[in-house]
Amino acid sequence: MANSSPVKANQASQATVMAVVAPAVGWMIPGAGHLIQRRWIRGLLLMASIGTMFILGLLMEGHVYKPNGGDILDILGFVGDVGAGGLYVVSRAMDWGQAAIAHATADYGTKYIIVAGLLNFISMADAYHIAIGKKQ
Amino acid sequence: MTILTFIPAALVLAPSHFTAAVLFAVFASVVFAITQRSGFRDQFRYGLYCFAMFVGGVFVAGWLMLLLRR
Repeated sequence: MANSSPVKANQASQATVMAVVAPAVGWMIPGAGHLIQRRWIRGLLLMASIGTMFILGLLMEGHVYKPNGGDILDILGFVGDVGAGGLYVVSRAMDWGQAAIAHATADYGTKYIIVAGLLNFISMADAYHIAIGKKQ
Repeated sequence: MTILTFIPAALVLAPSHFTAAVLFAVFASVVFAITQRSGFRDQFRYGLYCFAMFVGGVFVAGWLMLLLRR
């Protein structure tokens, strides 16, 4: 009994740290929030799905939104894009997704990029729920 | 500098509307299944359900647009 309290306190502190670290890592690298919690298959599937979606969006010449304070749809587009974390940072650093839209399906590319970010927000929330023990 | 600087023009994707919608359905269904359900069996079934709803929605929206156009 005397030994169980420090062990429980240690587990609780690890869970608290993981509850912060897992979503943060999951934001930077989609799926990594699951991988650091040893959910290998789920993490790899999330990484493949979100990463592929974002890259396909870029290959379709989709638009990557910059931070802006103009049109509400542009603001929401930026919020969606930024959810992809590291992928968004790299795209902005390389100035990808800024070309003039040349064909109709480029609009699909823009939506792919936004939705990849939004799906990563859901993935981060799932990593958090695993970290606090709400989900296995 | 655009992404076209790094990849050949042949790799730029211009899928049909249907292909783009089906690819979207695949990736979104995988993420929904993993995050919204626990256990492989439930996740697999929910993923298939989401995929069917996405693709079914494409067909329904397609028919509605055709009817509205007439």
